[in-house]
Amino acid sequence: MSVFLALLGRELRLALRHGGDTLAAVLFFVLAAALFPLAIGPEPGTLGRIAPGIVYVCALLAAILPLDRVFGADFEDGSLDQLLLCGLPAAAVALMKAVAHWLVSGVPLLVIAAPVAVMLRMPEAGLPALLAGLVPATMLLSLLGTVGAAVVLGARRGGVLLPLLVLPLMTPVLIFGVAAADAASADLSPRPHLLFLAAMLAAALPLCPIAAGAALRSAVE
Amino acid sequence: MLEAQDLAAIRGDRLVFVGIRFAVPAGGALVLSGPNGAGKSTLLRVLAGLCRAEAGRVLWRGQDALGALEAAYLGHLDAVKPGLTLAENLRPWGARPAAALAAVGLGALADLPARLLSAGQRRRLALARLALRPAAVWLLDEPTVGLDDASVARFGAMAAGHRAGGGLIVAATHLPLPLPGATALALGA
Repeated sequence: MSVFLALLGRELRLALRHGGDTLAAVLFFVLAAALFPLAIGPEPGTLGRIAPGIVYVCALLAAILPLDRVFGADFEDGSLDQLLLCGLPAAAVALMKAVAHWLVSGVPLLVIAAPVAVMLRMPEAGLPALLAGLVPATMLLSLLGTVGAAVVLGARRGGVLLPLLVLPLMTPVLIFGVAAADAASADLSPRPHLLFLAAMLAAALPLCPIAAGAALRSAVE
Repeated sequence: MLEAQDLAAIRGDRLVFVGIRFAVPAGGALVLSGPNGAGKSTLLRVLAGLCRAEAGRVLWRGQDALGALEAAYLGHLDAVKPGLTLAENLRPWGARPAAALAAVGLGALADLPARLLSAGQRRRLALARLALRPAAVWLLDEPTVGLDDASVARFGAMAAGHRAGGGLIVAATHLPLPLPGATALALGA
C-alpha cells in the first residue's frame, strides 16, 4: 500500500511540474463548450435543453486528451519496466495510473463543469444531478481510458487509435449520465440513472485494472 | 544460488536463444557477452520476469522463480523523469535516497531537476536505484555505458558491497566490468 501511495504521489508531482497538460484539458473543455452557443444561437430554451449533453460530451473529449501520455512517457523512458518490477501486481500499477488520471484530469473538469453548465443556461434543478453523475462518469472514463491506453501502447499512431477504442465504450455512461440530469431538470428522480452509473463503476473498478495490467505486461514483452 | 536450466526465448518469430544454462552462487557474478542481437538483454528481461520464456526453468534458492524473481533490474533505458529532482526520482523506490545518491557520487545534486543531468549522470542515477531496494539479484544491462573511470570504480564498490552481503549479479556488457571473479557466459548470435 505504501508503494502504491508513493507511486501515486510521484504521478501527482509529475503532473504538477507539467501543469500545462491539465490546464490544456480544462481549457479545451471550456472552449469546446463555449462554441455551442455560438453555433446554435444563444436562445436559452434550446441551449438549456441540450446543456447536459454538451457538458458530458465535451468533458469526455477533454479527459481523453491526456490519456495517451498515461503510459506513453513511462513506456518510452523505461519507467514502465521499473513500475512493473516495483513489487505491485500489474493491475495495481494500472489502478494507480487510473486514480492519478482521475485526480489530475477528472477532478478539475468536475470543478469547472458547474460554471460551464450555468453558462449554457442549464436549468438549476438539474445541476446537482449533472455533477453527481459526472463523478462516476469521469471515474469510469479514467478506468476505461487506462485500459485503452495500455492496449495501444507501442502501436503506431496509438494516439489516434485510443479515442476510437475508448469512446464507444463510454456510450452507456453518456446515456445514463445525461438521462440523470434531464430527469432532474424535469422534476423526476435521477436516482435510477445514477444507480446505473454506480453499478457500471462497481463493475469497472475491479475489471479494468486487471485488463489494463494484462495489456501492460504484453506491451513490455 | 540462481540457476537457469535450458532457457529459450522467442521474440517476434525469431528464436533468440535456446538451451541457456548457468548457475550463480550467492555472492557471485555472471557476465553475459556476445554480439548485438545475441539475446543478452532478452535473457535479463526473462530473468526479471518482463519477458516470457518459451522453455526452461529459473531456480532461486532451489525454488521455481521464473517470472517471480525478486530482482532489481537496470535496463538500457535510465527511467529518469526529467521533471523531478534526483531525490524525487528515487523516492518511490526506497526510503533513503540520500545514501544511494552519495554511493554514485551525486549526493550534492540531490535537489537538482534531473533534466539538467548529462547522459553519464543519468546512468549513475539509474544505478543509484539499485542500492535502494534490498533485492538479492541485480540484473544489469550495460551498467557502465557512458560512465567515467571514477564512476566505474564507484560502481565496482557498490557491486562488491552487494556481493559481500550475499547478493548476486547478472550483467550484460560489451565493456570490461569491475566484477572480480565473475563467470562469463557467451551468447551466440
